[in-house]
Amino acid sequence: MSSAKNRMIARAAREIAPGMVVNLGIGMPTKVVNHLASDFPVCLHTENGLTGIGPVLPPERADRNLIDAGGAYVSTIPGSAFFDSATSFAMVRSGRLDLTMLGAFEVSANGDLANWKIPGKFSPGVGGGIELAQKARRVVVLTTHTDRAGAPKLKQQCTLPLTACGCVARVFTDMAVIDITERGFALIETLEGISPGEVANATDAPLILPEAPPPTF
Amino acid sequence: MKLPDKRCRIDQAIATIRDGDTVMIGGFGVPGTPMTLIRALVAHGARDLTIIKNDANEPGMGVDHLLRNGQVSRLITTHLGLNSHAIGLMNAGDIRVEFNAQGILAERIRAGGSGICAVLSDIGIGTELAQGKQVVEMAGKPHLVEPALRADVALIHADRADPFGNLAYVATARNFNPLMAMAARCVIAEAETVVPLGALAADAVHTAGVFVDHLAELKELSGDYAVVQR
Repeated sequence: MSSAKNRMIARAAREIAPGMVVNLGIGMPTKVVNHLASDFPVCLHTENGLTGIGPVLPPERADRNLIDAGGAYVSTIPGSAFFDSATSFAMVRSGRLDLTMLGAFEVSANGDLANWKIPGKFSPGVGGGIELAQKARRVVVLTTHTDRAGAPKLKQQCTLPLTACGCVARVFTDMAVIDITERGFALIETLEGISPGEVANATDAPLILPEAPPPTF
Repeated sequence: MKLPDKRCRIDQAIATIRDGDTVMIGGFGVPGTPMTLIRALVAHGARDLTIIKNDANEPGMGVDHLLRNGQVSRLITTHLGLNSHAIGLMNAGDIRVEFNAQGILAERIRAGGSGICAVLSDIGIGTELAQGKQVVEMAGKPHLVEPALRADVALIHADRADPFGNLAYVATARNFNPLMAMAARCVIAEAETVVPLGALAADAVHTAGVFVDHLAELKELSGDYAVVQR
């Protein structure tokens, strides 16, 4: 993984405040956990029925009955709880998740999220993504700023099928931290060595720039 | 008084499944997937099945055996991301797939098992999952009508059971099992261990035996249940 992605993930980890209940989506968000101290007070939730997720175990130490929603063999920690799928999503829909971190194909300037389907190319189903995006108290996205072809993923409007409307509060990319505000995308921080102008050029929507040079990460 | 004994042979229980039946299958990935009951359904050969399951396991595992055997015409699910074979069948039009938001699938099943005909929710409004669904106004906001799901048969995997069919699950193998165990006309459970009546403490029962029709003890666990080496 590039150092820019690593720094993005490390920066996103600082978004998690002590005491939160957090769901980390499949992919890069899952890696955020590697940047939390082992004694950091946080409760991680996974859709398939566990709160209090412990470290991923190697196959020889794995419990065949204990996975996270991405299929990784995780473990419990003191205080973990298991529950069925209805209870798991009752937690999600009733606002028990303080924060979820999700991946994205596209994020729009009003916070719409598209991350589950590319018609004709990728349609594995939405899983728990809609409920996480729609109902977590705070939804932040971790994504590369552009796709593999260099096309911006932050756009005025999403073109792909939506996961949820107006749900995203903040986006962490390998170039910047960007908030979704009432006036659209606002630059909050930049990756060290990246200028606000470069971020604006890689964003397919107006980007509100801070008056002073933004902090770097 | 003594509670009835529901232990039976797997093939006899599975033999009640007919062509065209709707079959709920517990599990989220390998944990909680009734691998032995699925193998028996493959051997039985019932066709044109509608399968309700969170996911389609992985190629060559669990539900994928039913797909490869051409027994499935429709799949009601949430995510096929780990089974490229299932996605291929869907894209080729060989199976029809209905995607649900995961928690809504759980609630539809829970409603089906609870004598409730539908649930209302705002999940998916503004997305293509709302297309074709009835919308009703409730509490001043639009909600989608999500019809309850019931099945002809549910296939359940439990960790422990007693002969009456009281079930207990372990770790993340619980997932959809207790919900599906309430939502089918005929519920067939496999259990890794069957203990005598009374040995499963009343407080430790996750699914009351009333919901279970047939119980099979797994004498030994096949490799189907093992940790997946990726």
